[in-house]
Amino acid sequence: MLLVPCPNCGPRNSTDLRYGGESHARPDPNTASPAEWRAYLYLRDNPAGWLRENWYCASGCRRWFSIERNTATNEFRDPPLPGDKRGGAA
Amino acid sequence: MTMSRQGVQPTEVIDRAAKLRFRWNGKRFSGFEGDTIASALAASGEQIFSRSMKYHRPRGILTADYWDPNLMVQVGDDPNVRAGHRLLESGMDVRSQNAWPSLNRDIKAANSLFGRFLTAGFYYKTFMRPQWLWPTYERVLATFAPGGKIDLDTPHAYHDKRYTHPDVVVAGAGPAGIEAALAASGEGASVLLVSHEHAVGGHLRYSSDAADQAALAELRAALDASDVEVLTDSTVTGRYEDNWLGIVQRNHPIAVERLIKARAKTLVAAPGLIERPYVFEGNDRPGVITSGAARRLANLWGVKPGERAVVFSANADGDAAAADLERVGTEIAAVIDGRTGGRISSTSGSSRAVDAVVADGASIDADLLVVAAGWTAPTSLLNMAGDRPVYDPAAARFFPSDPPSNVLATGGLAGDADLDGLRQHGAATGRLAAARAAAVRHRLQSRTARALPVDGDEPAWAPDERVPLGRDPHPELYRADTHGMVDMSEDISSKDLVAAAHEGYDSVELAKRYTTATMGPSQGKLETVNTVAAIAEARGETISQVGTTVWRPPYAPLTLGALAGRMFEPVRVSPIHPWHEANNVSIIQAGQWLRPDHYGDPAAEVRNVRENVGLIDVTPLGKLDLRGPDVPKLLSLLYVNKWMKLGVGRVRYGMMCAEDGVVLDDGVTGRLGEDHYMMSTTSSGAGGVWEWVENWLQTERPDWQVHVTPVTTAYASINVAGPKSRELMSRVCEGVDLDAEAFPYMTVREATVAGVAGCFMWRIGFTGELSFELHVPAGHGLHVWEALMDSGSDLGVGPFGLEAQRIMRLEKGHFIVGQDTDGLTLGPSTGLGSLIKLDKDDFAGKPELAWAADRSLPMVVAIQPDDPDVVPEEAAQIVRGDTNEILGRITSSRYSPTLNRSICLGQVEPDLAAGGTKVTVLLESGERIGATVIDHHAHFDPAGERLRG
Ligand SMILES: [Zn+2]
Repeated sequence: MLLVPCPNCGPRNSTDLRYGGESHARPDPNTASPAEWRAYLYLRDNPAGWLRENWYCASGCRRWFSIERNTATNEFRDPPLPGDKRGGAA
Repeated sequence: MTMSRQGVQPTEVIDRAAKLRFRWNGKRFSGFEGDTIASALAASGEQIFSRSMKYHRPRGILTADYWDPNLMVQVGDDPNVRAGHRLLESGMDVRSQNAWPSLNRDIKAANSLFGRFLTAGFYYKTFMRPQWLWPTYERVLATFAPGGKIDLDTPHAYHDKRYTHPDVVVAGAGPAGIEAALAASGEGASVLLVSHEHAVGGHLRYSSDAADQAALAELRAALDASDVEVLTDSTVTGRYEDNWLGIVQRNHPIAVERLIKARAKTLVAAPGLIERPYVFEGNDRPGVITSGAARRLANLWGVKPGERAVVFSANADGDAAAADLERVGTEIAAVIDGRTGGRISSTSGSSRAVDAVVADGASIDADLLVVAAGWTAPTSLLNMAGDRPVYDPAAARFFPSDPPSNVLATGGLAGDADLDGLRQHGAATGRLAAARAAAVRHRLQSRTARALPVDGDEPAWAPDERVPLGRDPHPELYRADTHGMVDMSEDISSKDLVAAAHEGYDSVELAKRYTTATMGPSQGKLETVNTVAAIAEARGETISQVGTTVWRPPYAPLTLGALAGRMFEPVRVSPIHPWHEANNVSIIQAGQWLRPDHYGDPAAEVRNVRENVGLIDVTPLGKLDLRGPDVPKLLSLLYVNKWMKLGVGRVRYGMMCAEDGVVLDDGVTGRLGEDHYMMSTTSSGAGGVWEWVENWLQTERPDWQVHVTPVTTAYASINVAGPKSRELMSRVCEGVDLDAEAFPYMTVREATVAGVAGCFMWRIGFTGELSFELHVPAGHGLHVWEALMDSGSDLGVGPFGLEAQRIMRLEKGHFIVGQDTDGLTLGPSTGLGSLIKLDKDDFAGKPELAWAADRSLPMVVAIQPDDPDVVPEEAAQIVRGDTNEILGRITSSRYSPTLNRSICLGQVEPDLAAGGTKVTVLLESGERIGATVIDHHAHFDPAGERLRG
């Protein structure tokens, strides 16, 4: 089971967290075309390689955070150290 | 071949003073403490242990260990016990499995009778047309099916789980594994050493060499004196991400099997090597055994494996087996040396025993053929770590390629050396594992907020400076000049594999699935490389070119009980639960909550609420305390309706939709103070809505000042409903004017109730009656409930449960999210489309709801069957006339004690949604009934006069 580095709680079993999936900016709800909005809802790049994704520390600090993971190797890039204030998924 | 017990051997593991009696197929047998079931039976002269899966050929001992495919037995109610591994216990009732027609009677005709079932790919070929024959095939195959009997009356066994976080886990306790464990422990690492066998020592255990025995004693003494935790009869079954390991422990004193989940900082894979059977005609005849089996039988259990043996030896273990056999009194008829070109071709004899071996063209009388044809490297844990082992034809086995740096191989898996060389490599591996574990530990600790800083800098990742083990040359011996069994578990011959390859299934992964080779109880440990060799031969290629299958977890099978572990299903109860239990409650489980379903007669509970007053415990209702100046903006963002002008003391109903416009949750939210709100959610949505709120606040609107606190269980919640509820409340409330004008419908008030301060209550009504929903600090919930019951006895107060509430809400036509809506129900389909305020700047799901406004959607509608006594099943389909065209479905259905008729909610196609539309409901029985859509959701009191009262 993957160890996911929470900025607040440190490395935790992935079952302690909820996977939030790829980071996707929310389009402007007043100007988005159906295609743009549905891309936001349903379309994912799903690369084999580096991916910025969101996690929710459901059994720990209950903070969302965003981090880069290599989906081919499960390596985390630039994992946070204690006190890291990078919370708030993008 | 007749096996028999011989004199005491210096290496034996049996206690001849401790005789154990047991039964084998009903007959009395005995063995000794330390025997396996198989060794005890062998010592008593038993030769046939099972029948093969397809051809039902008699099968005897092959490897005499855990992987022996021929030694699956039933022990009491425990099927598929490995008699080659399971220790004998007094009183065991051991039976053969899959012995149709019987263990000792041959059906020679089986082969021709059922020939069509037995070809390569028979599962695929058999279950083709004609379909009407399938039941016949099933019956025949069931007769053949391997495996024991499951006893449905078996009591639940106790299983357990353990979690552990050692620095180093060593999988395999041969000399290299033990040295690795000792060295890692010596470096200060916490170490878990896992032995698949009943005792540590690996191949030293069954070596009669004096130096080997001295080394074994030394290693065991060193382990005893160390801090290493040793698990015997346990297997590392899987390696997952970041060295998360599954370990099954089979000898726990209490649990039948215990699953240990270990997070190791480094893993040392030291499983040793598994002796590979050789493929030739008659290789599955009882009397053909591996050299390891011969040595285990002779040296561990003092069993002479046969009277007169031919030994086919291609390595030192085969030579040692010949010497061991002689010592226990087996005559060696011939040693055929596979290193210098000696070859065996076949055995002859009955189906039950060998009587001669054809070797180098000559027939040699013998009742035993011992084969030492080479080794399989069980690279499973490395495969699971992503490694793709590489075949070396000079050494005739696979070797690790490039496992991740927190997984280290040692022992026979990594190469060959004499005992000292293996021990040195093991120790070097242990030191490397400890050094890398220290770096991992430092990294994990320094990334976790701690009261004290972590000492020093992170140690550098230790380089691998081990002197690599060598590779002994070994002849490539897979198949003789004849065909024979490759997979004894599944009865797959080399001919079958050649046939499969010629039919086009010529990749290993395809041939494996087509023929089921390597898919039996031995899990490929004995068969995989021979399978690869047979495919390679059929393709005219090398083993390297063909490659091998990927070994997946588990390394060794484990029971479902071990995976399930101890039953652990936490339940939640409200503080009022003791009262329910004392009052004839019938409980229903809703998620984790145990809730009152009814107290004997839900219809009577409904009537009492409609006529007098009732109490329902609604504690599981989700409650979120929201504080801060930006709460109205948050509510406007999450609900489809407007919230910016909700006055203090007011309550409003809201519907939430997800970003795809689908209904997510609903409930009321009240404003308790200037910057203080209380949001209620559905009971089942309590957790999800909290996360939904946090998601928006943290990721989309981090600048907003809102503090969210889940208070679902901080309050006990009681709905007081019925025309006499105001009278009842007036007897227990202080500090609040309950008058209809002072405390009107859809408002909230704080109050002291039954002496309990800090309660709040809102005037809402899911039941459609005048009602007060009370939220009481949880510790006082039971007190307030009892006070209400006591105070209202003359008013006829009584409890009501979920069933009565469901009936009453259905009478009122209130939909339930998830019951009357589903994962495709857009907001307007609920009939509450007018709540959706598209002129708001933003809210969750706004674009989808805007686009949905222009479309006609399926609608939630109230439906009444024409026959008031027919209550359609929930999920009954609404169809077009006599056809099966589905136009909708019934989502809620009950008999209304208030209206004395059946009432429903349903979802229908848009053109059926108008009041007065006649629809056809298809019941489960196949009967079709008429029903009518009514023009509002409420079957009862559509104007809502009662609840506003
Ligand atoms: Zn956390």
